[in-house]
Amino acid sequence: MTMPKVINLPLTDKDIAELRTGDNVLLNGLIYAARDAAHKKMAAALDQGQPLPFALQGQAIYYMGPTPSRPGYPIGAAGPTSSYRMDIYAPRLIAAGLKGMIGKGQRTPPVLEAIKKYQAVYFGAIGGAGALISRSIVQAEIIAYPELGAEAVRKLAVENFPATVINDIYGGDLYSEGKSKYRIAV
Amino acid sequence: MRDIEARAVTETVARLFLEANYHLTDDVLSALKNAEKTEESPAGKEVLRQIIRNAGIAAERQIPLCQDCGAAVVFLEMGQDAHIVGGDLTAAVNEGVRQAYDQGYLRKSMVTQPFSNRINTNDNTPAIIYEEIVAGDKLKITVVPKGGGAENMSRLIMLTPSAGRQGIIDNVLKTVDDAGSNPCPPVIVGVGIGGTAEKAMLLAKKALLRKVGEHNADPEAAELEKELLQKINALGIGPMGYGGRTTALAVNVEVFPVHIAGMPLAVNLNCHSSRHKEAIL
Repeated sequence: MTMPKVINLPLTDKDIAELRTGDNVLLNGLIYAARDAAHKKMAAALDQGQPLPFALQGQAIYYMGPTPSRPGYPIGAAGPTSSYRMDIYAPRLIAAGLKGMIGKGQRTPPVLEAIKKYQAVYFGAIGGAGALISRSIVQAEIIAYPELGAEAVRKLAVENFPATVINDIYGGDLYSEGKSKYRIAV
Repeated sequence: MRDIEARAVTETVARLFLEANYHLTDDVLSALKNAEKTEESPAGKEVLRQIIRNAGIAAERQIPLCQDCGAAVVFLEMGQDAHIVGGDLTAAVNEGVRQAYDQGYLRKSMVTQPFSNRINTNDNTPAIIYEEIVAGDKLKITVVPKGGGAENMSRLIMLTPSAGRQGIIDNVLKTVDDAGSNPCPPVIVGVGIGGTAEKAMLLAKKALLRKVGEHNADPEAAELEKELLQKINALGIGPMGYGGRTTALAVNVEVFPVHIAGMPLAVNLNCHSSRHKEAIL
């Protein structure tokens, strides 16, 4: 494993240009948690010309809906959900300034195109490591759509949040590269 | 006739869901540890290490292994000489789910009206309950918090007889290959072959309840399990899809006789956070 790169958010164009598929990173700063229902509402807000719960420019969205936090902890288990369900919304958000996405699983071609065209990056976090990842989240606050419960939009302060670059701006894709490296013809 | 208190059903269901969500079972944990030793891919090895660490943190802090605490699937094997007293059985199960998800800080993931309003029921009910009447006077309860990511990658394929054994292999491999990283590999692969459409799917789900490392008692099915596991692990997907040799920890096949016209094949995937617990009342 390569030494992780420490990244201070928000992501700059220089950060993004230096990231390559397979790089391990530790994210520090603010990210926003949103999943299916929140994306649907954000897309509707864009349709109606209304403001989004947070300014997208330069920000990163974590596809995640946590468990309730126990007293004394900022958040419960907080691992990634499958990203492809957000693919119908993601290119539009990327075009509007979103720079980073954190989730798990393959993206569809329109998202990969948007990543290249608008210079964004897709990170993978370890699915099913919700207890471990929760320790990298030091503060959490619901900032929109509280009626969605676990699916509400949250502002998260993260410290050394571990992630891996899946798709970079150069067309790299860790899933296809990793698979072809270890695939055995049977 | 033996009486079983509805209240005992509620308490047991609640306890099992809490245990299942906080504690990875020994069979899965030891399979992960073995895989961590043998995995050739450095990225895959690191993922396995973190998954193993995650299990330790979850147990120690009583925090769920995964934020997706699942749909609450419950299997009830009810002895024909047992009798539930003091309440309704379905209500007792749902109350157990309600208590576990509310008091255990588990995520509530069930919404109403799938195709329209999708309002969260806020207590993770209704449970998805399967009842079976069996011999005896006991009630066996098995709970399965089933995550959405792996469930979404499951498939039902209505194969026809000419597809044969090779057709099964090709379609199971395609299902796992297409799923890639989404079901959180290394996965447990439940395969149901035969019966009818819904029977095959139920067999596949029940196949996930078997311990990792145990094979079907039928030698032919066991042979199929071994061949499928080897071929799935040759796909190269690896832990979390980052590339590697550990794509599945187990393939469990369940088989049922079938109509002369068909050969339903169901594949139900489970993530590495394969959670299930059982108790007998």
